Amino acid sequence: MLFTGWFYQLKMQAQSGFMVMTALIQPLIFASIAMADQQAGNRTLPLLYYALGAGIMGIWSTVVFGCGGVISWQRHQGMLEPLVMAPAPFVLVLMGITLGTATVGLYSMAATLLWGWLVFGAHLHLASPGLFAAAALITVVSLGLLGLVMGSSFVLYRNSNAISNMLEYPVWLITGLLVPLSLLPGWTHPLAYVLAPTWGVQALRAAALGGQASIPIVWCLVASTGYLLLGVWLVHVVEVRARRHATLNFQ
Amino acid sequence: MPQTANFSSGPAIEIDGLRRTYRTTTGTLRRRRLEVEAVRGISLEVGRGELFGLLGPNGAGKTTTIRVLCTLLLPTSGVVRVLGHDVVQDAREVRRRIGYVFGGDRGLYDRLSALDNLRYFAELYALEPSHLRSRIDEVLEMVGLKGRERERVEGFSRGMRQRLHLARGLLHDPPVLFFDEPTIGVDPVGAREVRQLIGDLAKAGKTVLLTTHYMFEADSLCDRIAVISRGRIVAEGTPKDLKSAASDRTVVEVEAYGVDEAILARMRALEGVESVAMEVRDQAQLLLVQARQADQLTARLLQLLEGIRVERIAAREPTLEDAYVALVTQE
Ligand SMILES: Nc1ncnc2c1ncn2[C@@H]1O[C@H](COP(=O)(O)OP(=O)(O)OP(=O)(O)O)[C@@H](O)[C@H]1O
Ligand SMILES: [Mg+2]
Repeated sequence: MLFTGWFYQLKMQAQSGFMVMTALIQPLIFASIAMADQQAGNRTLPLLYYALGAGIMGIWSTVVFGCGGVISWQRHQGMLEPLVMAPAPFVLVLMGITLGTATVGLYSMAATLLWGWLVFGAHLHLASPGLFAAAALITVVSLGLLGLVMGSSFVLYRNSNAISNMLEYPVWLITGLLVPLSLLPGWTHPLAYVLAPTWGVQALRAAALGGQASIPIVWCLVASTGYLLLGVWLVHVVEVRARRHATLNFQ
Repeated sequence: MPQTANFSSGPAIEIDGLRRTYRTTTGTLRRRRLEVEAVRGISLEVGRGELFGLLGPNGAGKTTTIRVLCTLLLPTSGVVRVLGHDVVQDAREVRRRIGYVFGGDRGLYDRLSALDNLRYFAELYALEPSHLRSRIDEVLEMVGLKGRERERVEGFSRGMRQRLHLARGLLHDPPVLFFDEPTIGVDPVGAREVRQLIGDLAKAGKTVLLTTHYMFEADSLCDRIAVISRGRIVAEGTPKDLKSAASDRTVVEVEAYGVDEAILARMRALEGVESVAMEVRDQAQLLLVQARQADQLTARLLQLLEGIRVERIAAREPTLEDAYVALVTQE
């Protein structure tokens, strides 16, 4: 069930020019800046390090735009009623959608890596390909689940779109996608620790460049479990509220 | 209340004292809270295998009632059960057993093909994968979309979308079906097919609750009808019952040119006249005059219409539509 939802969501979003652009353009620009800077001698880490950071930025953007407004978007299409009315638990239905959306973000991972290799001559040698694949999978899953939490909590507020827009850049910064965590002020660290991109990017960088990938992977799983529980509860609250306040459809 | 729940026999649909209020706000600067009492105490039972019609003017509360039955809205108060399952406590059980087809062209994934739309919902309804394809073929055949299933819904006409809605509602072969204006936007031939399909479903033992604004549709299809007006049931019975309630009425249809408000007012004041409705079609005005115990109504009307071009005037037997008009204009 989850798989089918994921599959069709992917099928739809992969055809959406907007989502693909979101996943591609910004990450490529940021990747280019960082890699050009590195080549100019201003940065010391390997090119792959920056390419991976930019890739996760792309997944995050896709999740923010695709999942933050997931419920409003389904409602706009008139899909909320049929989806809620189906006997499948609504949380699984939504999860299929948010996981599908996060998967579309893999475009940006592929694109930044390819770009880094073609344009900047980055070495795409992976220290441990198996761990890298596992880290990528877990990163996508955890971001999809974080998307579920966002999608279900944002509908509880007006202007969920504004919240989504506000979240994109700060999260890039806080989670260490652009600059290492150690350069950020201490008060941001607790925030970083509860956000899956932090662990996702650490896991991917460690698996690619050599280092301890398993610890961030475990933290990514812990965060995912938290998101899952929170998501199940939030979606339940949202469904009951929607049935009470008659907000499943547009009038 | 387990002692009253009756899953295997008993009525298919039970509504007891249903009320539903909407809270909205109006105004941008000075927000005011507004309460709309959409349904104000409806009680009604639909037997298994019955084809039941809900009629009523716009905003009467039909869709609201159906949405409560479909677990999309919580009742403000009252008890609602489908096949013995409470729509609040056992929403899951209700959802498994119902299909909902609503009018309109939204509610489908445009970027997917008709087939993918159905496959996705087949999964949400936990259809057996082994006969999923044959079931999808079956419903596509039923709604007349066979051969178009691989096209994206994006390119579907309104009527085709409506058919796809139908197909989706039937996919899991639910014992209870809700149709909210199912022929809206469907061409006349297609609408006839849809009516045929609904009739066949009822013959096959499905319970059907239908809303429509087409009186002939209700008359030809429904075993029983309830007329709702302003959130309350104002009449209930077989189409024949409802018509006979209007049988003491005379209905006169007039086609004329140049009838003004003053004449209409004088017609309404005529003894025995209950209602006068006017519709303008092209240049002509069509008047529908309903009267009770009205002798010589035609002659008296002609007197009022002196000096006006009257193309046609004829008295006829009251139809279900007349009975309906009489009911909903009473208040
Ligand atoms: N989501 C909502 N929020 C506020 N008011 C609503 C909402 N849905 C319906 N209403 C109001 O409730 C009343 C009943 O609406 P409902 O849709 O049930 O009527 P209906 O009988 O289906 O009408 P129609 O024949 O036009 O479809 C109307 O006054 C309508 O404006
Ligand atoms: Mg309606």
